[in-house]
Amino acid sequence: MIRRLTRYWPTAVAFVVFLLAWEAVVRLARLPPFVLPAPSLVATTLITDRAMLFASLWVTLRTTFAALGLAIVGGSSLAILFSQWKWLERALLPFAVVLQVTPIIAIAPLLLIYLAAWQAVLGCAFLVAFFPILANCSLGLASTDRNLLDVFALYGASRWQTLVMLKLPAALPSFFVGLRIGGGLALIGAVAAELAAGASGQETGLAFRIVEAGYRLDIPRMFAALVLISLAGMVIYFSLSALSHRALRHWHESADV
Amino acid sequence: MSDALVVLKDVGKTFDNGTRALAHLNLTVRAGELVTLLGPSGCGKSTALRLIAELEAPSSGTITVPARKPGEVGFVFQEPTLMPWATVADNVLLPLRLQKVPAAEARRRCADVMTLVGLADFARAYPHQLSGGMRMRVSIARALAPRPSLLLMDEPFAALDEISRFRLNDDLLRLKKELATTIVFVTHSVYESVYLASRIAIMAARPGRITEEIAIDPPLPRGADLRTSAAFLDRCSRATRALERAAAEDRP
Repeated sequence: MIRRLTRYWPTAVAFVVFLLAWEAVVRLARLPPFVLPAPSLVATTLITDRAMLFASLWVTLRTTFAALGLAIVGGSSLAILFSQWKWLERALLPFAVVLQVTPIIAIAPLLLIYLAAWQAVLGCAFLVAFFPILANCSLGLASTDRNLLDVFALYGASRWQTLVMLKLPAALPSFFVGLRIGGGLALIGAVAAELAAGASGQETGLAFRIVEAGYRLDIPRMFAALVLISLAGMVIYFSLSALSHRALRHWHESADV
Repeated sequence: MSDALVVLKDVGKTFDNGTRALAHLNLTVRAGELVTLLGPSGCGKSTALRLIAELEAPSSGTITVPARKPGEVGFVFQEPTLMPWATVADNVLLPLRLQKVPAAEARRRCADVMTLVGLADFARAYPHQLSGGMRMRVSIARALAPRPSLLLMDEPFAALDEISRFRLNDDLLRLKKELATTIVFVTHSVYESVYLASRIAIMAARPGRITEEIAIDPPLPRGADLRTSAAFLDRCSRATRALERAAAEDRP
């Protein structure tokens, strides 16, 4: 623990220096808050507007986690089906690729016409998180050690035994890579779709708070909302990394990359 | 021959890409033997072993392994080929689980075989915590757990240092004696071959075939100084000359 702390002290020092410099520039140059708010003002705004901001954060996070959950279930089950029936993969994978290469921000307006706002936002976040999970799971399932497959064949393992006892555990590291990418992308997808949806939703997420504050030139609140989004992104990334490390710690020392 | 455990008759194997890996290969392995397939890299030794294990089908000829059913044939690969997410004990239990051996019986047999190969204290360790030699022991324990009558080994000790290899060679001979297992052992080391074998089958490449067989008969007297004894070195030079003759046949 001590060693981990000492490893990160340059990061901490750099961060503190950055904040102090920012604060100093704003004060010395007497920049008005609507041009660039000082970190201290952003912090006070976070506290004074906390009811509204955290309610919005909750809306965005709910969308993100629901989308990620759906992407995990959808992506990994589709990857398993693909691994069992190659013709299914050939039939459906092109659709997934098309959805992936089309920028989500271009699909969002269309989804907003067909679906209720919350469904469209959820759909966008799902679409961007889905593909990396599907792709990485497929890769993991396809790259099972061939000698281990031979061991299973030698003892007359059934298809089901081979899937459950060998292919699924062997695919776990790839699954977690997909999960980490998907977790970050789900948040990006949710925010992008909220921006596209604007105020049409009943509940308003953090992205809408940013747009709204922008209209009012309430720059400190824009910053406060931005800070929350990026904190949320970091928390998601690091908790998924920790989860992956925990799940894979027996495999190899490289589990903590 | 009534006690023949494996009979390969005029076996050929051509891969889909046109490579002729084996042609007209004949080999009979009798119960209780330890036959080594000795030849240069790429001469089809591993392919021959995979055919015996039915991991691949021959293109021509016949392979007879009387009384074969899953579990009767064990296979040890070049790499330890362990499941990295499973403990040593779970890796050794794998064949028994796949064959639905009752749990209590499986655990007992697993404990027995781990004691035999010197792994008793490592049941709960994970493969990455073990050295290469210990990992290979796990792989051997896994192959032995279902009590196979035939054990196929594909250059299992090639990646190990000399000292570990000597120790594992001795342990293998001890295990063979205790379990009365018949072994077909692929190697490209003349010394390992002479040390282990009751019979050496010399192989030539392109296409792979057996050019001659050298029986180590009567068995060399086991002892600490065997590796430096005149009889041992004599068998080694005989095997080396046979390998050279086989290599000469390759050249057009």
